[in-house]
Amino acid sequence: MKSHVWRPLYVVIAFVVALLVFRFFYVPNDFGSGKRGFMYSFHRKSNVMEWKNQPAKYGTSGRERMHEYCSACHGAIVKLRSEKLHGIIPCEDCHGPAKNHPEDPEKLSIDRSRELCLRCHTDLPYTTSERKRIPGINPKTHNTGLECVKCHNPHNPSLEGMK
Amino acid sequence: MERREFLKKCVMVIAGASVPLSALTLIDPKKVLAANPDIQWAFLVDTTKCVGCGFCVKACKTENDIPFDAHVSRTWVERYVYTKDDRRYVDSPNAALYGFTESRIDLGRGEFKEIDPKNVGKAFFVPKLCNHCSSPACTQVCPVGATYKTDDGVVLVDRTWCIGCGYCIMACPYAARFFHPVLHVADKCTFCYHRLSKGLDSACVNACPFGARKMGNIHDIDDPITKIIMNERVGVLKDEFGTKPQAFYIGLAQEVR
Amino acid sequence: MVGQIAQHAMEVHGEAWTIKELFTLPNEYIYWSIQIVMYPFMTGLVAGAFVLSSLYHVFGVEKLKEIARFSLVFSFALLPVAMMPLMLHLQQPFRGINVLMTPHFTSAISAFGIVFLTYASIVATEIWLVYRKYFVETANVLMAKQNRSMIDNLRMMIFQALTLGAWDISHEAVEKDHKACKIMAGIGIPVACFLHGYAGFIFGSVKANALWMTPLMPVIFICSAVVSGVALCILTYVVVQEIRKYMAKSKMARWAKDADAPNAEELEASKHTEVMISSNYLLYFMIAAMTLEILDLIFRGYTQVKSWDILREVIMERDFVKIFILQYTIGNLLPFVMMILPGRTVRRTTIATVLVLFGVFMMRYNVVIGGQAFSLSFAGFMDYHLPIIPHNWETFKEGLLGAMTVAVTPFVLFYFINMFIPAFLKEESTH
Repeated sequence: MKSHVWRPLYVVIAFVVALLVFRFFYVPNDFGSGKRGFMYSFHRKSNVMEWKNQPAKYGTSGRERMHEYCSACHGAIVKLRSEKLHGIIPCEDCHGPAKNHPEDPEKLSIDRSRELCLRCHTDLPYTTSERKRIPGINPKTHNTGLECVKCHNPHNPSLEGMK
Repeated sequence: MERREFLKKCVMVIAGASVPLSALTLIDPKKVLAANPDIQWAFLVDTTKCVGCGFCVKACKTENDIPFDAHVSRTWVERYVYTKDDRRYVDSPNAALYGFTESRIDLGRGEFKEIDPKNVGKAFFVPKLCNHCSSPACTQVCPVGATYKTDDGVVLVDRTWCIGCGYCIMACPYAARFFHPVLHVADKCTFCYHRLSKGLDSACVNACPFGARKMGNIHDIDDPITKIIMNERVGVLKDEFGTKPQAFYIGLAQEVR
Repeated sequence: MVGQIAQHAMEVHGEAWTIKELFTLPNEYIYWSIQIVMYPFMTGLVAGAFVLSSLYHVFGVEKLKEIARFSLVFSFALLPVAMMPLMLHLQQPFRGINVLMTPHFTSAISAFGIVFLTYASIVATEIWLVYRKYFVETANVLMAKQNRSMIDNLRMMIFQALTLGAWDISHEAVEKDHKACKIMAGIGIPVACFLHGYAGFIFGSVKANALWMTPLMPVIFICSAVVSGVALCILTYVVVQEIRKYMAKSKMARWAKDADAPNAEELEASKHTEVMISSNYLLYFMIAAMTLEILDLIFRGYTQVKSWDILREVIMERDFVKIFILQYTIGNLLPFVMMILPGRTVRRTTIATVLVLFGVFMMRYNVVIGGQAFSLSFAGFMDYHLPIIPHNWETFKEGLLGAMTVAVTPFVLFYFINMFIPAFLKEESTH
């Protein structure tokens, strides 16, 4: 090792050491492999908690308990409406996310647009799909420009319940 | 000698006493479930129930702050239309964020194809999302360990560590990943991990009026989802890649890839 | 239309240059664009230039002495440029260091930093060993100089540092340099091949991509890397020699005024031999690269697995001109014929090298962009439109201008490196 030809190696070693020192301060110390091993779960452990702590926006939970959340305050009206045909639609789909309601937002902004109804009620000729069971209209000819809720009651959409 | 013997006995007594003590500690079943390493989240899509309303996409984008304007989505719905003269059309306009409100098929490049209703044979909708594979190709190829599979089976992205190389996006056989238009890091479905950990269902599962989307713990044999997966004929997408997807599908057609 | 306004309001990465056709999945875009074409192209040049220089240092191909030394310095100038396209394509370039900090070795990209730096230190070491005598001599001359200017002082300090404190330039010491250099070049060849084969592995190991996934990819990449590297060295060498010839004639540069400076005829003669011999090596590697590429194509066509339908449409129809005309005919066949026809001249060889470089570039383009030209659904296509006039930072760096920047940088760097490590030296100072 006395020979001068080794000098570049010392430079390289110095560089590697500098990099390792930098790494020591730079890399969070909770970096490591999880249960799935190095290939699938090498990560910064605290990131799992960061994801868990993200705030939720929708209050509904689970199809079986889909009206439970809103019923806590609006029990009577939710019960009445959930028995109708549109009772299968979770309240928040049209009324908007309500996890922090009534604090934020104080009043939910309800989507009453024609486009919202057309998501299900555009007539599509797909006899083999579940879509066939939903009454559909041709949006280009059916009372164009009018909001559906002007005539139809969104909570009781049967033709008898027309406004 | 005597002293050593005495100490030994002391240790044994203490050790023996401590076992029943810990056994007596009250156990909160919820806490156990939360800490249970044996949770494996899985997804079940019943394509026969989907009507293509796109409420799932809307809820997902709202819940997870993916701008509506951005033409990427953590989940999307595809429409498959087969004509009687044996042609196949597929589209997913704007990831079905606003549902399918037109009968014409989006062919890209601003072109559309109107299909004669009399010519329509089979037609159906297929919701898609990240499969949270057991052997995810995306986490394998991440050069910095910014994406990973959690112990309970969800694939997440560390937004503070991702360098944005796009290798995971390339490696995913399902195109479930994209660059977040605002944060400029890889983004993908998290199974609404923040909701799961709060005991809530994911946003898309909640939003579906028809029950086409379900989620559950596949390691719990009493879970309704597990029962369906065990008892019914379910399939997964693109099993040939060996990624072992954890999103199961009822009513898959071979053209669905 | 809502969609039209939205497109301008919030453009996602890749949207600016991707045109989707038929059924593509919503999140599919051409995420790996022109910079990822430049990346294997530039790495290939580095690896190829180094291999050419090693032909002299390891295998003692004496006739290549001058071009070998030139290639070595030039590959050093190319080195940082292999990194540049990667940095330009990252969405979070400031976090690029993470690759060295928390390397996830199951990823083909993760070891890039380590392999790249290893290779860089090998090249730097080799240059040091070759030029140490020159550094010492220059430093000594500067130190002996009376009333140095500020620039002289700066140069002196740089040269002093470059010697790394090894001032012994006795015959024995220089012999040691020579021996060590041979060993370094010997280690360098496999590392250079690894560096580039590894770039091929990055693509070849993506199982989701039907076009990329083939075990031949790394080998194809190595062969085409050597082809492009040798071609660029020949081309640059000829150009630089032409400039020197012109300078020698008109006595423009300082060195040309020296009494013992090579005259134009000497330069012309040395150029001829060096170009002829190195272009032979170019031919060998071209045959290997073309054989493998055609083999890959034949296999895909013959086995006709699920992906073939869509691949056939991309290869045989949509990208036909890019693949068969631009890459194979103009980039491979034409220069090949030009070089094997009897009566080969330096001029003809030089034109051939330009075509070869273009061919290799098109090969990278067809692999990287072609691999993203079809949807994972196998039911749609994506068309790549290179942004020419940038309208934001992204379309600059991942557009024509970004690619041009990457392409020009090695020559600029070479100009500066050449100030301290002159690629063309008189005999005594180096070996």
